[in-house]
Amino acid sequence: MTQARLYSIITDSRLSAKQKSHYLALEAEASLPYLDIDGKAQQAIDAGILCDMFEGHAPFKPRYVLPDYTKFLSQGSEYLELDPATNFDEALNLLTILYHHVPSVTSIPVYLGQLDTVLMPYVGDLSEQQIYQKIKLFWIMLDRTLPDAFMHVNIGPTDNIICRTILQVDAELKQIAPNLTFMYDEKVTPDDLLRQATDNICVCSKPHIANYPVHAAAFDHSGFGIVSCYNSLPLAGGSNTLVRMNLKELAKKAQNQTDFIESVLPKYCAIMFDLIDTRSSFLHEKSNFFEGFLTTEGLIDESRFAPMFGIYGMSEAVNLLMEEKGSKSQYGHDDVSNKLSYAISKKLADIVATTKVKYGYQGKALLHAQGGISLDKNVTPGVRIPYGTEPDPVTYVQATLPHHQYYTSGISDILTIDETVKTNPLAMFNLAKGALLSGYREFTANVASNDLVRVTGYMVKLSDITKFDEQGSRTNTTFLGAEAAKNTDILKRQPRVAALETMPSYTDE
Amino acid sequence: MIMLESINLDKTGIVSNILTFSCVDGPGNRLVIFLQGCNFDCITCHNPHTINHCDDCGDCVATCPTDALTIVHDKVQWDESLCIGCDKCIDICPSKSNPKTTTYSVTQLLELINKHRYFINGITISGGEATLQLGFIIELFKAVKSSEQLTHLSCFVDSNGSLSQLGWSKLLPFIDGAMIDLKAWQDATHLWLTGRESHRVIQSINQLALHRKLHEVRLLYIPDKTDLLCEVEAVAKYLNSLPKEVYIRLNAFQHHGVIGEGLAWDKCSEVQMQQFSSQLTKRLGRDVLLPSIYT
Repeated sequence: MTQARLYSIITDSRLSAKQKSHYLALEAEASLPYLDIDGKAQQAIDAGILCDMFEGHAPFKPRYVLPDYTKFLSQGSEYLELDPATNFDEALNLLTILYHHVPSVTSIPVYLGQLDTVLMPYVGDLSEQQIYQKIKLFWIMLDRTLPDAFMHVNIGPTDNIICRTILQVDAELKQIAPNLTFMYDEKVTPDDLLRQATDNICVCSKPHIANYPVHAAAFDHSGFGIVSCYNSLPLAGGSNTLVRMNLKELAKKAQNQTDFIESVLPKYCAIMFDLIDTRSSFLHEKSNFFEGFLTTEGLIDESRFAPMFGIYGMSEAVNLLMEEKGSKSQYGHDDVSNKLSYAISKKLADIVATTKVKYGYQGKALLHAQGGISLDKNVTPGVRIPYGTEPDPVTYVQATLPHHQYYTSGISDILTIDETVKTNPLAMFNLAKGALLSGYREFTANVASNDLVRVTGYMVKLSDITKFDEQGSRTNTTFLGAEAAKNTDILKRQPRVAALETMPSYTDE
Repeated sequence: MIMLESINLDKTGIVSNILTFSCVDGPGNRLVIFLQGCNFDCITCHNPHTINHCDDCGDCVATCPTDALTIVHDKVQWDESLCIGCDKCIDICPSKSNPKTTTYSVTQLLELINKHRYFINGITISGGEATLQLGFIIELFKAVKSSEQLTHLSCFVDSNGSLSQLGWSKLLPFIDGAMIDLKAWQDATHLWLTGRESHRVIQSINQLALHRKLHEVRLLYIPDKTDLLCEVEAVAKYLNSLPKEVYIRLNAFQHHGVIGEGLAWDKCSEVQMQQFSSQLTKRLGRDVLLPSIYT
């Protein structure tokens, strides 16, 4: 850290005072010595194989926190001096207050609750029009006071007035925040509700659709939530840290495919687990985070926090390993390279499922196909097929489908659908339903011409990306989008999508 | 239910392309099968390489950079596994044809449709001119309708409307809908643009409408070339005689894929499309479908 760097943050004309404070705090944390990690981990970080997602040198808050909002509304809070909610207005008021006390890696909450389940007990005899008006104001408040598209609301899979109203309001307002996940369960969700959700995608590229039974089976009865850019995590818990592995860089270390799967991958997984344990140990043992009221009042439970074991660059790794065999086979475009990629995912899933971590969900980390960050260059997020080379959406889904069983904490990926779908939204419904019935864990789509563009998990207005360099933005994620547009192939995607999933460190470029 | 034994599963068709995702070929997502061969020769054709069948002249073989094309026993052979899709063969073809066609049996297509059945609302057969391979279409749709796993899929054809009344009467029991292009109003204009008169097209539209199988009528608007604008009164009057549930889709002439004279013609801009559309909708008293993309 240099004083010049602090000075450039302080004087940056594009950042608000609040955004500056956030980046200054990151610099302060980064001025502490890094946690005591062993030489191998440090080498792997320096070589670009492992990445701690700029979470900081001394983690003092979990990456993602999913409070039990239902419990909060029913018991109020001693610490916040709040009585339990007795009606709809009080429920919204309590939620609004608590959101400002839920930390995350971006310091804005990434999870706002399964809002239909949370709010339905307070609907009482309100009319549809009254509910609509209250939800609409609540939605505007969220976008204007917590402007970060990592912030995520969940709804579904049941059909109810809150779920329907949220979909209606979200399509009308077309805001960046909050992000939205709609849970789909073939046995519970009526087709016309799924149709409302897929019609919304044609209008504003939201919601993301999660395959409820697939996710539910991965967690216990206490439930789960989808947060940030499609991370599936235990409810009343969350993620203590996310470390990710660059499979592209790792593939360069391997002699051949067998060496990669049998030797190199396990070796570096072990190093990554050490780094994960060191980072989560500091949070759980030194930071005193779990002494706070969220824990003492039972809104979160320390034992429900898990590290996310992230991977990215599957595409480049597979192509490198095929090249080594003298093959021109490309990931996503033929069976041979696709099968190699499935074998890599399976190996990773086996390793993560059998490796004990110090602080995990049922003692384990959760495997995640990571959606990339804005600083990534020449490496493709998660297991996605590279920008600009994607096959048609159905072929895309079928090629990536076998990966979905392995990534318990989510698989950040986006389908780009050309704008002709707007005049035929039934096609979006067919595609989404086909993907979900085939076993896709989650379905996310962008419509190409939309002003609101999803950047793996968060939304940026296209018009804002072009404006940002000049003026700065009200929303934190536009900053990421601007950076991503420069560094990644965001604008080259077919027709165009971007992929990232983290807060960046400050960049003055 | 059609009896399976009455279907000729070995019947084959010559296919130029198959898409597994399309939003513009009927309701919902369509699996679209493009058949090779057309009896029109439109100046504005976007896929002129689908007009004629390959005559094995072999001119394309030398242009192939990956040796995917060879001549075996005087026939041009295409090895899909070597093809990189550069389309140089199509560019050089002197006959508005394409060496990259595939012959599919009904059985083979059923396998493909099965693989995609969760993702689609139905199947659309397009072209070229789909109905030139009428026997094949009938067998395929019969097979789809009689398959327990596929019977829910809707079966559509996208046609230039040149099929005879007898031909349609054979096809009607097995289709759920048809989309017909009406490329010009006056016979002379239609003849100039397509190489054929419009009489059969109008007859087909009427027959499909009568049987409630007309899904969509498509008007290709080419500013200053087609007569759809100057004949808008008559066009609207005719369209109003069709059932109200029939979609009217306006297509804007673009240069994509076009070869020859048509390339010198102006593309249809969004403003020009709006002018035409407002003239038409004013007289129709209902909305029409408009293009979402202009290049």
